[in-house]
Amino acid sequence: MVQILSPEGELGVPSAYSVYAQYLERLTEADYLKFYRDMARMRRFDHEATALQRQGQLGLWIPAIGQEAAQIGSGYAVGHNDHIFPSYREHGVAITHGIDLMSILKMLRGVNHGGWNPDETRFHLYAIVLGTQVPHAVGYAMGVKFDGKVGNAKAEDNLAVISYFGDGATAEGEVSEGLLFSAINQSPIVFFCQNNQWAISSAVSSQTRVPLYQRGAGFGVPGIRIDGNDVLASYCVTAKHMDDARNGDGPFLIEALTYRIGAHTTSDDPTKYRKEEEVEYWRARDPLTRLEKFLRRQGIKDDFFEEVEHAGETMAAEIRAATFALGEPPIENMFNHVYSQPHPEIAEQLAWVKEYESSFEGDA
Amino acid sequence: MTQIAYFNLPDVGEGLTEAEIVSWKVKPGDTVSVNQVIVEIETAKSLVELPCPFAGVVSELLAAEGDTVEVDKPIISVSVADGAVGTQTSAIAVAAADAHESVNAAAASVDADEPKTPNLVGYGVAAHTAASRRRGRVAMPQAAPATTALPVAAAIATGALQVTPAEDSVLAKPPIRKLAKDLGVDLARVSGTGTAGEVTREDVVAAASQASVFRNLSTPAAPSEREERIPVKGVRKAIATAMVSSAFTAPHVSIFVDVDATRTMEYVKRLKNSPDFAGVKVTPLLIMAKAMIWAVRRNPTVNSTWTDEEIIVHNYVNFGVAAATPRGLIVPNIKDADKMSMLELAQALEQLAATAREGKTTPADMKDGTITITNIGVFGVDTGTPILNPGEVGIVALGSIRPKPWVVNNEIVVRQVTTIGATFDHRVVDGDVASRFVQDVASIIEEPALLLD
Repeated sequence: MVQILSPEGELGVPSAYSVYAQYLERLTEADYLKFYRDMARMRRFDHEATALQRQGQLGLWIPAIGQEAAQIGSGYAVGHNDHIFPSYREHGVAITHGIDLMSILKMLRGVNHGGWNPDETRFHLYAIVLGTQVPHAVGYAMGVKFDGKVGNAKAEDNLAVISYFGDGATAEGEVSEGLLFSAINQSPIVFFCQNNQWAISSAVSSQTRVPLYQRGAGFGVPGIRIDGNDVLASYCVTAKHMDDARNGDGPFLIEALTYRIGAHTTSDDPTKYRKEEEVEYWRARDPLTRLEKFLRRQGIKDDFFEEVEHAGETMAAEIRAATFALGEPPIENMFNHVYSQPHPEIAEQLAWVKEYESSFEGDA
Repeated sequence: MTQIAYFNLPDVGEGLTEAEIVSWKVKPGDTVSVNQVIVEIETAKSLVELPCPFAGVVSELLAAEGDTVEVDKPIISVSVADGAVGTQTSAIAVAAADAHESVNAAAASVDADEPKTPNLVGYGVAAHTAASRRRGRVAMPQAAPATTALPVAAAIATGALQVTPAEDSVLAKPPIRKLAKDLGVDLARVSGTGTAGEVTREDVVAAASQASVFRNLSTPAAPSEREERIPVKGVRKAIATAMVSSAFTAPHVSIFVDVDATRTMEYVKRLKNSPDFAGVKVTPLLIMAKAMIWAVRRNPTVNSTWTDEEIIVHNYVNFGVAAATPRGLIVPNIKDADKMSMLELAQALEQLAATAREGKTTPADMKDGTITITNIGVFGVDTGTPILNPGEVGIVALGSIRPKPWVVNNEIVVRQVTTIGATFDHRVVDGDVASRFVQDVASIIEEPALLLD
């Protein structure tokens, strides 16, 4: 398992993994601080969104607490030409690619379906149906290969794809199909599996007989396991294999071993299927605490952490106010993008719903 | 000046309707901050801590520990600084009021005077959909003195703030409710045939077409014209011709018998609960039909046809059912009903009624009947003297079945009593046969177990 930052906050690349050292050398103190800021931002956002759901402002919230290092590290390793196909828990990856966090809240309030433009952000829409994003990502990567945007002399002409999914999705056919197609095609793609150890209430041990990073081997997709709570391992390993993919080395599977501290969603009660001791074990391996220890060793003082906390409170107040200000979306939104052009049946359905809704007005 | 803000119980788990208050973490007078945990609730899914959506001073706890509260009902009021909270929210209501007017303020927050709020997940559940969308359905505790402590909590506890149950106890999807409203059908009066007992589209349509047939729903204003002339044509003309031909060619004789139908009603109830009859409509008419078919076998002449040359006794039963439809009276029949099991007969009766209501009964359906029942009991009348369906020599009228005093072992007890009336063509059926036939039918209604012989 690749670990660069120990739980005590000590930095070092084991000799067996020296190929990743050059990626660590690229990072400056400013990058470390950026990682910490965004991990803290992701966590504060998560807390606020959970509260908003409990206050009736969101239909659902999908917490990602505990997975900050895996997401922020790998998210920053994705280049500015690359495409990202997330599942539904990738709030941290969204942060690294400038997605407006309100877009995510709007989706979970039912106001829109995400609302960002994947053409512009290269961060594709959340896939709620488990595993569906993997064939999408592989298809995109195959297209990249067919377009010849792989292995060119000028790095600027190349791009790769990264697909995020969880341990639960590996038991879906889509992931195996994606691995197979990408191996045959030698597509420029990195499969980034966040193994947070619980597929809702199913333990990962009930989903696989071999470590997940070995899942691709039989298809011809090599893999590696990283410490998913180590933001630097997440960054370095992802950066290397995205580089390789762009250079034409084909697909690669990264398993980031991490832990879902919170519930699967706000509709889930994890105390019903797992022990508090297990959660405590992982709480003690908190990715933010680890990075904070490292930063303090580097001489970063309280004022930085206070500033980060203050920024978090400001962000939380802003999204709280913005959420309360969200109105009801126009009915037309449900129909407008079903077809690219006007469609008589959709028009008829829209008219029906409008009439139906209006029948409640002024009801005695 | 401050405002009172109300926090309504949110749906914390995608489609929950209620939750139990497990423990309050705050009390009136406490200062609370945004996202401070104020209460622990238990839903059908889990124990959940609710964070306060606003900062201020707790004014009232509107539900006690142990209470089960419906989603969207206020659970706490907090005195907040003016303008501290927006009002365009689903789980939060704000009333500009001082603390002494909290009764009306709370009522306003559950009354539909609040702005129409979006449902976050689906349509929500009927009960609170109706409550939040319909005006004037919440009983307001107006009489409560303005200074009474905790009046709203008391009102909730005593049910004064509950939505009136009439329609809300009925299971039906929103489009079905809409349809019922459009057709003027009171859902509470419709018995649902859906898999979960919910009222289906077919139920509503059936009720709509039957309601106006069975009952005068309203008294219209007196027409201005002195007379109205209705052309005699179509079904009305056909009915008239048939009635005249029947009444003036066949000498009618009618006889009646009162019968204790208690056991039939119990039998109907047991059949309804039996898995074999799941989804099939079971009514006393079914038992009556079975009884008549059985009695026909014992008295075959009532199931015959008169021609001037001969009497044709049918050794099969094409069982006619007089059906009141929006288009008028028609008498479709079930072919070879005597060959049918109880279940098949139940299904055939249901199908016949449905076809008739939809106006899809074909001439073939109405041809070749051998004996008929007219179920006038559904109109709420006790009995009548039915007129024979032309070509047949027997018709039975089933009156209403209702609790009446009945003598059992020289004591008056309450029994489900009905009157069976029957009319025969006296050219074919003599008094003794007619009487035996009616007695046979009555004996089955009194003791349906005899059908097993």
